[in-house]
Amino acid sequence: MATNPVVPPASPLRWLGVVAAPAALALAFLWAGGWLAPTRLTQAGILDALHEASGMQLGFRRNHAKGVCVAGWFEGNGNAAGLSSATVLQQRRVPVVGRFALAGGLPFQTDAPAKVRSMALRLMPPDGQEWRMGINDIPVFPVRTPQEFHDLQLASRPDPATGKPDPARMRAFRAGHPWLQTAMEQVTRRPLSSGFADDTYRSLDSFLFVAANGTKTAVRWAMVPVRPVMPADSHAADRDYLFRQVIDDIHAHPLQWHMMVTVAGNGDAVDDPSRIWAWDDRQIDAGTLTLTTIESEEGGPCTGITFDPLVLPEGAAPSGDPILPARSAAYMRSFFLRSGERSAAPAVTPGMIATPSGAKDHKL
Amino acid sequence: MRNPGSFSLPSRILHWLMTVMILAMLFIGVFMAATVGPGYHRLVTVHRPLGIAILVLAILRLGNRLRSPPPPLPADLPPLMKAGAKASHILLYILMIALPLVGWGMLSAADYPIPLWGESMRLPPILPHDPALWAWLRSAHTVLAFLLFGLVLAHLGAALFHGLIRRDGVLPSMVRRVRPD
Ligand code: HEM
Ligand code: HEM
Ligand code: HEM
Repeated sequence: MATNPVVPPASPLRWLGVVAAPAALALAFLWAGGWLAPTRLTQAGILDALHEASGMQLGFRRNHAKGVCVAGWFEGNGNAAGLSSATVLQQRRVPVVGRFALAGGLPFQTDAPAKVRSMALRLMPPDGQEWRMGINDIPVFPVRTPQEFHDLQLASRPDPATGKPDPARMRAFRAGHPWLQTAMEQVTRRPLSSGFADDTYRSLDSFLFVAANGTKTAVRWAMVPVRPVMPADSHAADRDYLFRQVIDDIHAHPLQWHMMVTVAGNGDAVDDPSRIWAWDDRQIDAGTLTLTTIESEEGGPCTGITFDPLVLPEGAAPSGDPILPARSAAYMRSFFLRSGERSAAPAVTPGMIATPSGAKDHKL
Repeated sequence: MRNPGSFSLPSRILHWLMTVMILAMLFIGVFMAATVGPGYHRLVTVHRPLGIAILVLAILRLGNRLRSPPPPLPADLPPLMKAGAKASHILLYILMIALPLVGWGMLSAADYPIPLWGESMRLPPILPHDPALWAWLRSAHTVLAFLLFGLVLAHLGAALFHGLIRRDGVLPSMVRRVRPD
């Protein structure tokens, strides 16, 4: 038998077949990864917009960068157990790790009354059915979709000349999004409380509670402080006054919130976090959050995790709200990036927590 | 000696089933890692169990491969090509097993719960909570996935080279039952 040449002669058409199939697959792969679709909003694109609008520092969260770790427990009372089979909503006490933070990408920003404050929680029942949430002290979210979030960040980015947002850009964004007018006003006009301890934090996004029999109910929830709400006053002298105050507050005695679940009524927009729900919706007090300890992010238990709002237990599920998957994706990307970076010491240091300020204007 | 026989039926079934699964996973992976769209959460929810299924099948396939040896490559193939084919197959096996393990391991190191099927069926962590390790493994997952994709492209090109240019017994040996002669 004559030996065959290694590469026998073949028509160009056959060679085209050999090359075209892998090339087509490679092109499809590049498209799927977004490299051939420059207008697609990607995880990197949304983090870049956050960076431009409110800054960024290596090693810190890409949003809500200035924060402090807290811990305590959540005690369900069973009132919401008919709507959701989540174990944490039954009558029991589960450990909680949390974080208070200010919105924005800069970990050393100056505290101010009107900056958006947040609470993040990780409820950890022994059966592993964890529930994570990141909730803010605004009545509604200013936007409805990830694209609007991205565009609002870019519209509000500081002008390098003045260091302030360019009013013309903001006007253009408002004019282009008349449906967000009400939400933005509701955010601007919200009443401001004195600090983290007497603030109300809201899920903003809607979720579905799933009962043991499979019935789904659209809900939102809020953590409503047990202590009386004091009006905000400014502390121009202390750039960390909000954090110093919550350190003193927790050192003085445990802080508590009621988890108030709101059940969607007929006219409520479930998939749109920029629309407020009716005032007369059914409310359920589902349990009490108690925070007893506070720790710096340096070495604290809230640093090496992310409070992904789609880490949900059996008994809770995402609604169709398009902000939710975008958050899940962006939080993972931010968590990935910061975990691979070396970070400076956070604004709230272990030292600050060990030596309470004894702030003169400290209130109970 | 043009027909050295074909791969056994289980080998062929595993090969083509896993080809579909792995290509699907590669595309789901790059798409979801670059999106903030409504499909993100659903795709991640599919990505985890499909990846674990690939891990299980790859281990079965490795066992099958060790038990039933493949038909020899054409005798007239230059030794360098034979070595290349062998090396690339070994690397494909390594990646089919390593990539899902890295995916599982990185979510463990990140202290994420790892739902497999619904919220009630979860995977236990296989690595301790360690954020630096999570960041490292997350990068490794990308690098290894791209390496796997590159290798699959080369493998596809080689299979077509055998099938369309050399027209030897290699492609049929994986496609259908061929009686050795
Ligand atoms: C598309 C919209 C949003 C994007 C892109 C976004 C982005 C981010 C990012 C990147 C982080 C840092 C995560 C980390 O590194 O762990 C973060 C933190 C946070 N976000 Fe969002 N966010 C969005 C919407 C929301 C909404 C609607 C809420 C409130 C209901 C919210 C509340 C929080 C809270 C509380 C944190 C801090 C969590 C912590 O203390 O670790 N975010 N956000
Ligand atoms: C053969 C199996 C697998 C293949 C081919 C694969 C492929 C991929 C690819 C191509 C990416 C995108 C990487 C990038 O562009 O940065 C990715 C991301 C990812 N994979 Fe896998 N993967 C596999 C198994 C797994 C397993 C078993 C898990 C978890 C249990 C997992 C979890 C993830 C996660 C969490 C991401 C990141 C998503 C994001 O960045 O938003 N993968 N995978
Ligand atoms: C994800 C994609 C793929 C993977 C991971 C893969 C993996 C493998 C592996 C590991 C082998 C060695 C035999 C074994 O132990 O099973 C093999 C053989 C083979 N594959 Fe694939 N394959 C893929 C896609 C394809 C495609 C798309 C084709 C053709 C169009 C193809 C054609 C072949 C052929 C012809 C052989 C036999 C090679 C020989 O005789 O040594 N494969 N493949």
